Amino acid sequence: MSIKTAKYIRLTLSYIILLAAIVVVVYPVLWVIGSSFNPGNSLMSSTIIPENATLAHYKNLFENTDYLTWYWNTLKVCFFTMVLAVIFIGLTAYAFSRYKFIGRKNGLLLFLVLQMVPQFVAILAIFILADQVKLLDTHFGLVLVYVGGLIPMNTWLAKGYYDTIPKELDESARMDGAGHFRIFFQIILPLSKPILAVVALFSFISPFADFILASVLLRSPEKFTLAIGLYNMISDEFGNSFTTFAAGSVLIAIPIGILFLSLQRYFVSGLTAGGTKG
Amino acid sequence: MTYQKKAMLLSVIPGLGQIFNKQWLKGSLFLLLAASYFIVFFNTLNMGLWGIVTLGEVPFRDHSVFLLVEGIIALIIIAIGLGFYAFNLYDASQNGKKRDQGIALNTLREQYLTVVDKGFPYLMVGPGFFLLIFVVIFPILFMILLAFTNYDLYHSPPAKLVEWVGIQNFIDIFALDLWRETFISVFAWTIIWTFSATTLQVAIGIFLAVVVNQKDLKFKGLIRTLLILPWAVPAFVSILIFSGLFNESFGAINMQILASLGIDSIEWMTDPFYSKIALIFIQSWLGFPFVMAMTTGVLQSIPEELYEAATVDGASTFDKFKAITLPMILFATAPILITQYTFNFNNFNVIYLFNAGGPPVAGQNAGGTDILISWIYSLTMTSSQYSKAAAITVLLSIVIVTVALYNFRKTKSFKDEGTI
Repeated sequence: MSIKTAKYIRLTLSYIILLAAIVVVVYPVLWVIGSSFNPGNSLMSSTIIPENATLAHYKNLFENTDYLTWYWNTLKVCFFTMVLAVIFIGLTAYAFSRYKFIGRKNGLLLFLVLQMVPQFVAILAIFILADQVKLLDTHFGLVLVYVGGLIPMNTWLAKGYYDTIPKELDESARMDGAGHFRIFFQIILPLSKPILAVVALFSFISPFADFILASVLLRSPEKFTLAIGLYNMISDEFGNSFTTFAAGSVLIAIPIGILFLSLQRYFVSGLTAGGTKG
Repeated sequence: MTYQKKAMLLSVIPGLGQIFNKQWLKGSLFLLLAASYFIVFFNTLNMGLWGIVTLGEVPFRDHSVFLLVEGIIALIIIAIGLGFYAFNLYDASQNGKKRDQGIALNTLREQYLTVVDKGFPYLMVGPGFFLLIFVVIFPILFMILLAFTNYDLYHSPPAKLVEWVGIQNFIDIFALDLWRETFISVFAWTIIWTFSATTLQVAIGIFLAVVVNQKDLKFKGLIRTLLILPWAVPAFVSILIFSGLFNESFGAINMQILASLGIDSIEWMTDPFYSKIALIFIQSWLGFPFVMAMTTGVLQSIPEELYEAATVDGASTFDKFKAITLPMILFATAPILITQYTFNFNNFNVIYLFNAGGPPVAGQNAGGTDILISWIYSLTMTSSQYSKAAAITVLLSIVIVTVALYNFRKTKSFKDEGTI
């Protein structure tokens, strides 16, 4: 067998494998897009490219469900979680990276242990505490729980990055008489933008994807986030409203998918930064 | 007696030692703080400690669960108080020592500056840590304590009191047939699930990354974008879509794919074996793009000279993969790959959103595909077995923390910390 034939066989095989993989990956996405345009509620006769495509399910979604409210709630919760998390994590990680203070080492160890225990193992306790302080069924309570849960892991991530910023920078600034706040805001903060962007991205995405905490803390339908809303939509009367659910998923998957694909390299860089250093 | 010892002894009442050291303002501030601590928190501490010891004495008047909450808050307040107290003793003794050695103590202005200087990191850590105490540490303490009570449907406040039962829950889980069998079968499936689903997603991810990365392959960018799709779509949406695809009455897998191949419908949702197969498939689908993206990054950083040198030495494509590519990938991505295992160990979303851990299994109180975390969820949310759920949570956390600590002790970052 000549080198040329070998190369030909290798490439053909590669294309076949990749084509198969792409079909498996894309099929569910196309199926759900097709279902969302499929006339009628039944999927028995559904095809990927429906004849008589209809927008009725999208109309139904906007008119007869709280879909838009859920969407708005989700974006609101994600946004505030992101803002608070970036502030808290940025400050905490900076202190752990730059200062030697009593309790520093134990604090870091505590964060390490806490990031391993998933927050939702204690759902019952979170529920009772939220009930006690009257934050049950509020978005504010949910945001606080999310932010708290994000702190341990992301503090390690950001601390790893701060550690790579040369200490000589802040030392020389201190020599020149800059105070703590000035050093942080004028020297460290501009340099740590990349990692803060990664933390922001993670803090926005993780409440978006969460189901369990939101399902425990939020009680009334008009407070729901997308994850709970859509889950209830298909578990209540499974099969009957699947096409409406499909329309709802398409409207989440497309914008988030595009956003994700354009920001994807930050995810990878953020995770590798955290992986090799933390 | 030295000043150091005297100051420390006097500081048994906070502030007196500082006043003895002639730090009037600091001393009176400490005294004031200590006094207000007792005045403000006396009732909370008194009630809290009584509550956490007894868990209430009269049904309807005493709500055991709220008493437990107050008790934990009292313990947290005591811990903060003790921290302050220790600092007060340390401060008095240090300043006393300075006087013994004849060093002038800080003036008021200097004291103010040290407070600002030393206090700055606490100021920065403070807000985050305060939140962490309430939404993470407090719930974990609550769960640990709950594991030693008999809180369930039949011991539910306010009508009934909850009592401390020691390690009875743990004994029950291992001694009662129903619990032991459920625990063993759920635990076994959790382990199988973690290893098979994660290993599969890692293997597929690495394999596809290597295939796409071949130099003479065309359309690389397009192929990568398409293959990364499962990561781009929020996981809960994909899982819900899959629960539709696998649905037995209308899902496309039975109705269209298998039917066109002439295969009878398979009970994806109601037969535990097929449910498990479907779940492992779904998780591989969801998880491989992440591994693929990581691996692609590593592949592009492997210097071309390595391969050229290997070719000169007569290595085959497979030899090169085995000796260069795979070791490089595994070395660079090992920490992230391990977190993938811990992630799947607790992968609640896939299990619960697909078919809620179902189908039910005779002779045990967990569903056929329940992993530990989803079993805990349904014990808490649907069958009100709070204390058993808490006991299982404690067991689960011990497993996770042991494995993860062992793993983290080896990572570079932690070793660096050790030298500071």
